[in-house]
Amino acid sequence: MWAYIVKRLLLAIPVILGVAFMVFAMVRLVPGDPARIIAGEAATQEIIEGIRKDMGLDRPLLKQFATFMGNALRGDFGRSVRSKAPVAGEVAARLPNTVRLATAGLFVAIVVGVSAGIISAIRPYSWMDTVVMLIALAGLSMPVFWSGLMLILIFAVWLGWLPAVGTGGMAHLVLPAVTLGMSTAAIIARMSRSSMLEVLRSDYIRTARAKGLAEAAVVNRHAFRNALIPVITVVGLQMGTLLSGAVLTETVFAWPGIGRLLVEGILSRDYPIVQASVLVVAMAFVLVNLMVDVLYAVVDPRIHYD
Amino acid sequence: MTRPLSRSRIRMVWVQFRRNRAGLVGLAILTMFLSAGLFAPVLAPYDPYEIELESGLKKPGPGHLLGQDELGRDMLSRVIYGARLSLVIGVIAVTIGVGIGVPVGAISGYFGGLPDLLVQRLIDVMLAFPGILLAIVLVAILGVGLVQVMVAVGIVSIPVYARLVRGQVLSLRSQEFVDAARAVGARSGRIIWRHVLPNTLAVIVVQSTLQIASAILSAAALGFLGLGAQPPAAEWGSMLSNARQYIRLAPHSVMFPGLAIMMTVLGFNLLGDAIRDALDPRMRI
Repeated sequence: MWAYIVKRLLLAIPVILGVAFMVFAMVRLVPGDPARIIAGEAATQEIIEGIRKDMGLDRPLLKQFATFMGNALRGDFGRSVRSKAPVAGEVAARLPNTVRLATAGLFVAIVVGVSAGIISAIRPYSWMDTVVMLIALAGLSMPVFWSGLMLILIFAVWLGWLPAVGTGGMAHLVLPAVTLGMSTAAIIARMSRSSMLEVLRSDYIRTARAKGLAEAAVVNRHAFRNALIPVITVVGLQMGTLLSGAVLTETVFAWPGIGRLLVEGILSRDYPIVQASVLVVAMAFVLVNLMVDVLYAVVDPRIHYD
Repeated sequence: MTRPLSRSRIRMVWVQFRRNRAGLVGLAILTMFLSAGLFAPVLAPYDPYEIELESGLKKPGPGHLLGQDELGRDMLSRVIYGARLSLVIGVIAVTIGVGIGVPVGAISGYFGGLPDLLVQRLIDVMLAFPGILLAIVLVAILGVGLVQVMVAVGIVSIPVYARLVRGQVLSLRSQEFVDAARAVGARSGRIIWRHVLPNTLAVIVVQSTLQIASAILSAAALGFLGLGAQPPAAEWGSMLSNARQYIRLAPHSVMFPGLAIMMTVLGFNLLGDAIRDALDPRMRI
């Protein structure tokens, strides 16, 4: 397994370099003088000259990229055009909020999705199953930014149970987490249902029943664990949806995370901020995928990589 | 292995498709969406941009079935015109995706070698950006606006098609009929165009239905973030972003644009699933 993990890590390196190169090239692809774009429209000629020297725009592109990478690895993304503060600090301040939101969203997605899927699978084609699967289908088609607004409307405006926007205690986290987790929960529910149905039809489940085990024991101990493997695959595949959903959810709930920072950065043409937040989110995605792949190998002893 | 879409095969697929109730529901939703998009000027009761300040945020009623927005514009008309914009977005995005992704995937898969390797690594990098993030990066380069969003969303779908077609071509190029074509002296270009690509048409059709839905969703999301269509455009996402601040006073202005997005996406997803099942019943989950 270690050989596999090392190999998987090595394979991630070109992707990481490629992503970094795209973020590096981004500013150079925007029409206009890159130094002026980085410095912002209001910058003086002096500042622009300084940035031009820092970026080394007169040097070969690969050298410029090396400088960019060196700085990025040291956490130096330059200064924000708007606040003039170092970008790294802004990103570091926002990142924990996004991690909190994404973790809570993932938790909602797994708990709701797996339970819904199992409830459906235990009595397939019952009214319960139909209702759960219809809700899942609706959840799947709902744009995350709209379901967030609808949750605000119902639970904050009409019922007044939860705060609509902002951060604070756990109460502030509930609506954003449910919003973010909803569509992933729907996919997990569909997957766990079909995976559970498949397992429940298998021979070893018939054996377990035949030897007189209680149905609860059959479902919990024999079926559930084996049904979980495809579900983990789906959870892994959904990490991208979850991360990009976080960008939208943060805007709906005025949640001060990295996604909000990115969108604000683009709207105010604050390119150092944009570069840093894109890089952080994309790297997080690459690393999460890496972790998921490793997790498969741990969970399913049948999986071999060579 | 999928077969090419001959006329008799299309009829068989249709017979299969008709049995699928979810697919028919999807088709019905999409017929509504398409007619709204195509005949918006005829169907919309009002000019979607006509401002009537004195009846701003008015609730749904007999004169305005879906109510009015903060500037007194008719919501129903705006939602109908929104279908038209979404339709354009979906078509342009898929055209870009198919137009570039399919040839890249076909050439990359058929010839292999170094170009294939380079293209695949580039695709890896593009797919390393989760979901809408790549579109956001492209908008950061191209600038904010509706046209930029169409292009961005189209570019995002290129790797999807390229990867899909490449996989198909890889399995097709070692088939006997390709060997046969090569044996009678057909050139590579002709083999790809006449013998290989027609066999990938079925998966491209299925993918495109799903891809239109995701393009519409992404464009609406960008509009909602303020990176896409700008006011006063009657685009569903930017309508939502505008209506957000009036959620307490006028819940209807937030409900209907979102409902329209959801129904459209649902329609495409149901249709795409049904076509996939009808083309190949074994792919059903």
